[in-house]
Amino acid sequence: MRPASNVFGEAWRKPAGRAGAILLLVIAVSALVGPWLLPDPLAQPDILAGSVPPGLGHPFGTDQLNRDVLARVVAGARVSLSVSLLAVGLSVTIGAAVGLVSGYWGGVVDAGLMRLVDGALAIPRLFILLLVLATMDRVPLPALIVLIGATGWFATSRLVRAEVLRIREETYVRAAEALGARRRHIILRHLLPNTMGPLLVAATLGVGDVILLEAGLSFLGLGVQPPTPSWGSMVLDSKEVLVSAPWASIFPGLAIVITVLSANLVGDALRETLDPRSA
Amino acid sequence: MADRGAPLLSVRDLKKYYQAAGLFGRAAPPVRAVDGVSFEIGRAETLALVGESGCGKSTVGRTILRLQEPTNGSAVFEGNDIFSLDRASLRALRRRMQIIFQDPYSSLNPRMSVGAAVGEGIEIHRLAPRKEIPERVSALLREVGLDPDYARRYPHEFSGGQRQRIGIARALAVQPAFLVCDEPVSALDVSVQAQVLNLLSDLQQQRGLSYLFIAHDLAVVRQIAHRIAVMYLGRIVEEGSTDQLLSNPRHPYTVALLSAVPEPDPGAGRSRIVLRGDLPSPSNPPSGCPFHTRCFHPARNERCRTEVPPLRPVAGTRAACHYAETTPQPAEAGAA
Amino acid sequence: MTHVLEVQNLRVSFPADHRRVYPVDGVSFWLDRGETLALVGESGCGKSLSSLALLQLVPSPGQIDPGSVIRLADTDVLALRGEALRRIRGRRIGMIFQDPMTSLNPVFRVGDQIVEGILAHFKISRAEARGRALQLLQEVGIPDPVERLNAYPHQLSGGMRQRVMIAIALAAEPEILVADEPTTALDVTVQAQILEVLDRLRTSRGMAVLLITHDLGIVAGRADRVAVMYAGQIIEEAPTERLFANPSHPYTQGLFASVPRISGPLQRLTPIRGNVPAPSAWPSGCRFRPRCPKAFDQSEKEPPLLPVEIDHRMRCWLAERDG
Repeated sequence: MRPASNVFGEAWRKPAGRAGAILLLVIAVSALVGPWLLPDPLAQPDILAGSVPPGLGHPFGTDQLNRDVLARVVAGARVSLSVSLLAVGLSVTIGAAVGLVSGYWGGVVDAGLMRLVDGALAIPRLFILLLVLATMDRVPLPALIVLIGATGWFATSRLVRAEVLRIREETYVRAAEALGARRRHIILRHLLPNTMGPLLVAATLGVGDVILLEAGLSFLGLGVQPPTPSWGSMVLDSKEVLVSAPWASIFPGLAIVITVLSANLVGDALRETLDPRSA
Repeated sequence: MADRGAPLLSVRDLKKYYQAAGLFGRAAPPVRAVDGVSFEIGRAETLALVGESGCGKSTVGRTILRLQEPTNGSAVFEGNDIFSLDRASLRALRRRMQIIFQDPYSSLNPRMSVGAAVGEGIEIHRLAPRKEIPERVSALLREVGLDPDYARRYPHEFSGGQRQRIGIARALAVQPAFLVCDEPVSALDVSVQAQVLNLLSDLQQQRGLSYLFIAHDLAVVRQIAHRIAVMYLGRIVEEGSTDQLLSNPRHPYTVALLSAVPEPDPGAGRSRIVLRGDLPSPSNPPSGCPFHTRCFHPARNERCRTEVPPLRPVAGTRAACHYAETTPQPAEAGAA
Repeated sequence: MTHVLEVQNLRVSFPADHRRVYPVDGVSFWLDRGETLALVGESGCGKSLSSLALLQLVPSPGQIDPGSVIRLADTDVLALRGEALRRIRGRRIGMIFQDPMTSLNPVFRVGDQIVEGILAHFKISRAEARGRALQLLQEVGIPDPVERLNAYPHQLSGGMRQRVMIAIALAAEPEILVADEPTTALDVTVQAQILEVLDRLRTSRGMAVLLITHDLGIVAGRADRVAVMYAGQIIEEAPTERLFANPSHPYTQGLFASVPRISGPLQRLTPIRGNVPAPSAWPSGCRFRPRCPKAFDQSEKEPPLLPVEIDHRMRCWLAERDG
């Protein structure tokens, strides 16, 4: 076992993890800094100008409304990354809380919560989201984040519960009970820190999942609403010029693929590091 | 030495049965981990609970602290009936009764610094304002023979012996009067074992602590216990002062146990009694005397099979054997 | 006369950061037919690794250093590879390990595991092998051997499982048996039973036994010769009686002083101060120097094994100084 700080160091040492981490870093930095350096993606579309292939002035070209694709991809990065980080943050928090309480309290509470989770897992997430989103006229961004987050915690809670069941029997938890610790103290001081590992892995992999999910929803018109750029809605927007201006769909698509891949690489590297065999 | 006034801890007829799952819902016979154990411990006194694996000694320790709920029996500590306390009162009482565990590697939270671990009890019971805790932790670390600077480090940086000391410091932090020591040195190397035993001894003198010392090694126990109780299949089969029990054991199991202890002296030429057979299952203990299936006492007979012998005074100790007066010692028993 | 087993200058190294560390650092010993040598030491001294090296079972990334010599009568073990190596494993050197629960495969019956062991080394029929397995179970003192043959490991007690381990090791009829802490995980009364079995088998089969343990008590009753290890080296070796009558190395003396006794005068134990060093930080000069109550200026140079009396050597300059 090692303290948390070394986990990242170990994951860094794996080439795949390092590549993924670097890519994510590049994407994140450009998302933060890009909008100041690049033309405004929400600039008035120039319908008459038409699309321009990638070239010196526009490295990713422009779409059929002459909006710079690079600028929009970078702006989309901001949106996609923040949606996924916030949504995953919500999922992980709910999942961890439910898993901790369920695992430590046991008994009726555990049984009830896990039946709920079982039921929820039986219904496809996309189905629920589509159902709810389709009933809404316009989907405000916060609502989208909350919906995605609220439908994504079930598997995490099971994961955390399994960890808690294992840790609960560890001698140091006995020791804390013998000291007279209240349940809340044991959960926060002993159980939670030791479930951080799997939580981190779940969170990282979850980011990839949510980006795909959001892109898909946006592509269907149910996710991020225009004019806010999002990779998914960009692909939707350039559907009509797929043949004449393919770059308008390719680059956002590539952005999705690379980001999800990087998140998965980092998540896998973390999971390998936390594998008990390597402890 | 031991104060023979009112006992600090008094345990009566303690029982802990585990319900085993049977096939197809039929209840299997329960595992009788602890089957009617009674003893007392006075102030600044050490009672050793000795026996082999499966005899129930660890379960006794944990049940007294209510880390597991007993099936039956009573335990009175400093006048409080432990088993009938509500959670709040139990939590308060936990300060006075602490435990040290066998495995130094899993008894410390790997993600908690040594200082946080040692100070945890102080925090839980609000025994000192936050600012003062580091100072208290330093004092405790010094008391167990560790450098106070270690408070900043993490458990994985320490050896087994050092971790055991950290565990002791953690227990002492809440100023207990009584410590359950659950095989505290079994997992340690010989020279480290000696260090920890000496520490426990010193702490007993300095702080007036009482110990329930659970172990399987009689030689270790001899160093630290005033009295010894030998357990077999969930019951105490012999109990007495260390000197008496080791020099003149009256129960055949005690005799066998003693003779099996390897002595680091090639010239000793002690004859050993090698017990036949295996330990019976605790879910299906023998009728009558639990030891009769493996007993080598020449007087063993039908009575042993049908009648459970009570723990009674015999020549300086108390033994649960019908024929304790005539138990043969190794030399006479025609040993291996 | 050639020894049945001869080990010279055994060194095992592991990579650490950018260098190598040597948990076994120049160990030499020998075994003759029918005798028991005890390798005694605390955790981290290198005794288990030394025994694994005998069968080239050192876990990777550990390596046996060239320059180490391991000889079985006239066979150079370290030069063997593949099939030749497999043939001596079990057949000429057998091993039993500390924890019988994890050394037995839980999903196979005990009898089958013994039979597999036999068939791996002898070309006989399965029925014949089963017969031999039965004999072995009897030899190791398992009651109702016919029933036990069909039992699974978890159905047997710890003592029984260890006996089965011994039976499996014996099935190949090795000349040498390496027993790595065979009774540490067992209760005292069971320990007595197992040691008795090992003794009986040793005399009846003329096996040589390498007994690895940290328990001086076991050594006293069962070993002909003792080698005490500390920090990867043998620091004292002698016939058992000599070692117990006259422990000469300060570490050995420290060990004896810290062992609790069941009889004799009750005294406060005197532990060895300090901690066992890690292989990555062997002290320079005499490795015991930082903890030694008798260290003197000469201790800054690493001592070789020096004679104390006949057949009794120790790795300490005091042998010269106090002659």
